[in-house]
Amino acid sequence: MNQYDAIVIGAGHNGLTNGAYLAKAGLKVAVLERNPYIGGATVSRELHKGWYYSNCSYVSSLLRPEITRDLELPRHGLQVVPFGGGATFTRNGDYFGNYSDHDRHYREIARHSKRDANAYDRYAADTSLQTKLIRPYLLRTPPDPTSLKPRDLRDLLEFARSFMALGEEKLLDTIKFWTASVGDYLNEYFETDVIKAHMAGSGIIGTALGVYSPGTAYVLLHHYMGDVDGNVGAWGFARGGMGAIANALSKAFQSYGGEIICDANVDEIMVRNGHVTGVALKDGTEYRAPVVVSNLDPKRTFLDITNPSDLPKDVLKKARNFKIRGSSGKLNIALDGLPVFNGLDPKSRLMAGDLHFSDSLERQERAYDDWKAGTWSKDPYLDMMIPSLTDPTMAPPGKHMMSVFVQYAPPKIEGREWTDEDKDGFEKSVIDQISNYSPNFRDLILHCETRTPREIEAEVGLTEGNIFMGELTFDQLLFNRPFPGYAQYRGPIKGMYLCSSGTHPGGGVMAAPGANAAREILADLKRPNTVPGGYADD
Amino acid sequence: MSDFNREARLLTTPFHSRVAAMCDLNDWGNWMGYTTPNAYFDVELEYFAVRSTTGVFDLSPMNKYRVTGPDAERYLNRLITRDVTKIGVNRVGYAIWCDDNGQVIDDGTIFRLGEQDYRICSYQRADDWLAWNTLGFDVSIENESDAVAGLAVQGPTSCTILTLLGCTDLNQLKPFGIAHYTFEGRPLMVSRTGFTGDLGYEVWVPPESAVALWDQLFELGRDYLIKPIGSHALELARIEAGFLQAKVDFMPAEEIVRVGRSRSPFELGLSWLVDFSKPLFNGRSALLKEQAKGSRYRFAMLDVEGNKPAEHSFILKGDKQVGTVTSAAWCPTAKANIAYAQIEVPHGAVGDELVAEIYYQRELHWTRLLAPCKVIDAPIFKSPKRWQTPAPPH
Repeated sequence: MNQYDAIVIGAGHNGLTNGAYLAKAGLKVAVLERNPYIGGATVSRELHKGWYYSNCSYVSSLLRPEITRDLELPRHGLQVVPFGGGATFTRNGDYFGNYSDHDRHYREIARHSKRDANAYDRYAADTSLQTKLIRPYLLRTPPDPTSLKPRDLRDLLEFARSFMALGEEKLLDTIKFWTASVGDYLNEYFETDVIKAHMAGSGIIGTALGVYSPGTAYVLLHHYMGDVDGNVGAWGFARGGMGAIANALSKAFQSYGGEIICDANVDEIMVRNGHVTGVALKDGTEYRAPVVVSNLDPKRTFLDITNPSDLPKDVLKKARNFKIRGSSGKLNIALDGLPVFNGLDPKSRLMAGDLHFSDSLERQERAYDDWKAGTWSKDPYLDMMIPSLTDPTMAPPGKHMMSVFVQYAPPKIEGREWTDEDKDGFEKSVIDQISNYSPNFRDLILHCETRTPREIEAEVGLTEGNIFMGELTFDQLLFNRPFPGYAQYRGPIKGMYLCSSGTHPGGGVMAAPGANAAREILADLKRPNTVPGGYADD
Repeated sequence: MSDFNREARLLTTPFHSRVAAMCDLNDWGNWMGYTTPNAYFDVELEYFAVRSTTGVFDLSPMNKYRVTGPDAERYLNRLITRDVTKIGVNRVGYAIWCDDNGQVIDDGTIFRLGEQDYRICSYQRADDWLAWNTLGFDVSIENESDAVAGLAVQGPTSCTILTLLGCTDLNQLKPFGIAHYTFEGRPLMVSRTGFTGDLGYEVWVPPESAVALWDQLFELGRDYLIKPIGSHALELARIEAGFLQAKVDFMPAEEIVRVGRSRSPFELGLSWLVDFSKPLFNGRSALLKEQAKGSRYRFAMLDVEGNKPAEHSFILKGDKQVGTVTSAAWCPTAKANIAYAQIEVPHGAVGDELVAEIYYQRELHWTRLLAPCKVIDAPIFKSPKRWQTPAPPH
């Protein structure tokens, strides 16, 4: 019957990872998915015949290699292919190119500023230092600073030690880094607008903050701390689109005996005598289990599918105050051929990387001003990719698939819901911007899927369309994620757990929250741990 | 002024003008006296061309020998350890050949082009060895290394690209099969072979066709994301796929100076290539003796914990050193840390748990790491595309 050892709500990558590790430990596990397809925001969909869209998340770097290897995801069909290159096009018809080769990169920066080119090495070293601090904690449960448990004390001490070992100057730099704006941080190294703007993008993606908002330097780090095959900071495409990640995870999960149930829209987590007993679907079906793991964001978990009478007041308050502001939208475009961009040889390898048009911090901050005013950016910041230049399975030969991440898009337009006219306006501002730099772009469009925060929330279930399931600012990181007292993946009800990107270490298709949560659940159940430890990053 | 005239130390292959034009990194190596690229633009991306699109590798410096004559089959059966009669016409077989002590001289591929017409592709030069072995056989051996140019065209879109080039029905060609075509009025031979463990082909043409072949391949392959690959990327792919490399994983027996440094097929995990049921072959009695008595070493494929490649590592059992690593890499598609090792018997059987003593340097600081590892029975990377017929389009 519908009786399980554990039920996971949401078949996104974290739910599937969590389910896989629980099932690997011998538990009978079901992962429930509201949509008729799995993946959540880690999905590939053929929305135009012959073209596959990674229509939410679109690149991979943070996915923990320890998990990929341990769950044998390559055997289950996952292949992550790194891409090189990237460019920011400037209004004067030039561009700044991002090369993976150090010396070529130096020459390209030097074309704009010799001083910046030299400063880049200092910038790279300083930023690498920060990634080294955080990377060891990705596959670990954050210590609770208020706890006297030996594990928490030991982990806190280790955490403190790694910071103190930096020495005074670097420690102060670190504190500044974790609280600074990406704009201020970059201003300390570079003088050239386009170079700063190119790098600043990583500080605002997915965040309802501007380049001059404190805390955005950390967001930059969040985009730098991943790796592809040990190349820290490198990004890649999942072959076949991001859905390949969810598909491989689902096969791993099923290989351990796990069960995936689609079209299962959870209405409520059932609780009796302070302990979860299972979940009830909107259609009345009930699934019973002493462990229920929510892969929904903290707001949905506590405010939508848990009965408020089962929750302590502080959790309701914290959930209500949790910052999960929508800031972005997405255009997925089927193209009849390769667009040509001002100034860049279409055969350049830079084309295979991330492309942008915001050539100054000023323009990026103005884009944020529109968000604050309650509307989409009229001159948006775009993170644009053509994955079909790397992955031949995304579009027919000679045709291309373009993924355009768009910032900013507010969750509501001047306080009211998005309308279809708003969506058209949003789409137009993006297409207009690209067309300003690419004369043939508009004529190549065969199909375009436009997703504002409204569509992302409705279709994927991310509150306000926030891609990280909660902003990545220091007040919501580590032992503060999703909120203090609940950062170790345990909910306030016995048997209730959290495994979404709303928990440490956050979003970005890492699968770490799902794995970390599984480790805690198995410890509570006194089962042997099946979750691998992290690789040493030295 | 120097007292000597300048002279080119290395030769160039028939593809060189095109290879050089694409070699952004200008990173050249010496392969068999030929100038060959270590890397063209980015080792990682070149490697991934092989795994995700198509990578093209210039293998013209391979040594190629044509063996013809009434005794060609009998001659080769004497030469190599496997039964050559089982390789049909227009089929290719991987093979090794041993000296009389049953020690491996080289490995290579045997192309059966006709009933009594073979081509041997070998890593090492073999003119002398092949000539000595003709005693008593009616065969002729021709070194056609310079007469045949070759490209490895490897990866998921390789069949599609070669089909566009005019290789009709290539998707029907089975692994290790050979097909013959005409390219610009000259013969073009395709074999479904390679060193990458994925769908892939080797294309063989007269040197006069080389430049046109390269140009057309890259023109037709553009929409299928064709890229040139250098030897570093190929090295990564072959370790991941489980292929041995002469002079890396074993020393050719004829070059050995120090006693005991050569290896038998059994010691290289290649017993499947030794067929005692066929007529006399070089090394047979020594290998029979070894089979009865036991080998000194065992080839072990190791799955090493962590992400530090176990390059040049000692392999330990407890505190005792029982072996050394010959090849090692973090394998980007398998997402596994793989090492090949020579392990002293009785250690190194499948499932044996050993320790790799790894040294690695970061910012001039050396760290010694003792990484647990386990002997596995087969490469972790297994591409279903490698064996599929008809070959998939991508």
